[in-house]
Amino acid sequence: MTTPASSPHGAEVKARRAAMATLAHADAHELADRLALLPTLPGSEDLRPAEIGLVMLRGRIGGDGAPFNLGEATVTRAAVRLLSGEIGHSYVLGRAPEKARLAAVCDALWQHPGYRTRIENDVLAPIRARLEGERSRRRAQTAATKVEFFTMLRGED
Amino acid sequence: MYVAVKGGEQAIDNAHALLAELRRGDPAVPELGLDQISGQLSLAVDRVMSEGSLYDRELAALAIKQARGDLIEAIFLVRAFRTTLARFGACEPLDTETMEISRRISATFKDLPGGQVLGPTFDYTHRLLDPALASGGEPPPAATATQADAATMPRVTDLLDADGLIEHSPLDTGAPVNDLTREPLLFPADRDLRLQNLARADEGFLLALGYSTQRGFGRTHPFVGEIRFGEVEVELFAEEVGFAVPLGSVAVTECQMINQFIGGENEPPRFTRGYGLAFGQSERKTMSMALVDRSLRARELGEEVAAPAQDEEFVLSHSDNVQATGFVEHLKLPHHVDFQAELGLVRSMREAFFARTELRTDPLEEAAE
Repeated sequence: MTTPASSPHGAEVKARRAAMATLAHADAHELADRLALLPTLPGSEDLRPAEIGLVMLRGRIGGDGAPFNLGEATVTRAAVRLLSGEIGHSYVLGRAPEKARLAAVCDALWQHPGYRTRIENDVLAPIRARLEGERSRRRAQTAATKVEFFTMLRGED
Repeated sequence: MYVAVKGGEQAIDNAHALLAELRRGDPAVPELGLDQISGQLSLAVDRVMSEGSLYDRELAALAIKQARGDLIEAIFLVRAFRTTLARFGACEPLDTETMEISRRISATFKDLPGGQVLGPTFDYTHRLLDPALASGGEPPPAATATQADAATMPRVTDLLDADGLIEHSPLDTGAPVNDLTREPLLFPADRDLRLQNLARADEGFLLALGYSTQRGFGRTHPFVGEIRFGEVEVELFAEEVGFAVPLGSVAVTECQMINQFIGGENEPPRFTRGYGLAFGQSERKTMSMALVDRSLRARELGEEVAAPAQDEEFVLSHSDNVQATGFVEHLKLPHHVDFQAELGLVRSMREAFFARTELRTDPLEEAAE
């Protein structure tokens, strides 16, 4: 977090976080289908079998002040290790063991030099396209409800 | 003497089986699916998540189905479920300024950067029952704007703050955040604890308290600076990963209430603020919460504490509908032995009364005849 994004390490973290953000918004079946289309994957083992728990969500007083506890959310986390050594992690909202495991596999593969491009192009890119499509549709619907004010002429002069 | 009583197991089992059959209703009518509850009774789901203090749409939908639509019972079920899971940690505070906006309105400024966006709202409907909904059928598709720019939506309070016209939010000093699910609630309670309590508080209770402040019981002269509803991203710093991991997004509603002034001899006058935040689209809840948050700041702002909505012990001790329903509803559980003791007591008091007054019968009963 404290690593500046300009450093090579910071850029790496930023790209990995972006990949994790996409994985967190993906569906389990979508990840399974996309991974199934990839050529043979390196073997992997569960480092931490998928586990459901809670995280406390926090807000800020006034939106920008000191934090306070808002309430909890269900979260599923998992960790896997590729036989080549890369360790993938996932934390995703909801109770979704299969999705968490697949997301951890994707995170591990993303760190593998031989797979990163494939994960980016064949797994993440189509999911991002779907998410972007849904987002623009919602934005267009929301924008249609924006109020346009007209000034009314009143009185004699 | 305490007498342990056993019995009723068969009656209880049968009562629960009867409940299950009535919950299902007419078998000729299709059963409700959780996706139907989550999708079509979404505001009920939002309320159960908020007051159940657990963001999980599917669990809230299950709780509503199991509770036959009794939302307080559903909230109770969700609260009980959360105690079965371990907590992995606390998220980075949600950044509502970067919200993917579905609705954003201000009652204080007509023209503001980003504009007034109504989104899905009951406002300006005529509150006439719609027979078309009863007969079913698909609604016409929602309109879409051709130009849907992701306009930045600065907070209204920041616009006022830029001119020094409103107080700042309390600074994030990095101090540990109080958690009423971990430590007992003690008074006086800091604002973080109060907001946590209000966020899970009963909407009806907050609504009545907020209304009471408008009617003069601790007046705060409120204006809705801004209400926004939409999705915010959640991040959790995970030790083993080494950075804040994105977990997905949650829908929240935020209300910024602008209230009358502080200031004095050494301080220029400024607006004060009340704040509301809740899961889902919970507008009435966050508005009420913001009114009560501001009222509960009476002590901090040197105002007289005279009305119920300003009394933090009164508000925070009675706001939780799971606690409240537990204590009220326990009265219907068997109190046979307690009541025998009361009966014995009233009988002996009556004996003493008749011995003292030498009356043979109860004059009230005679009068009634």
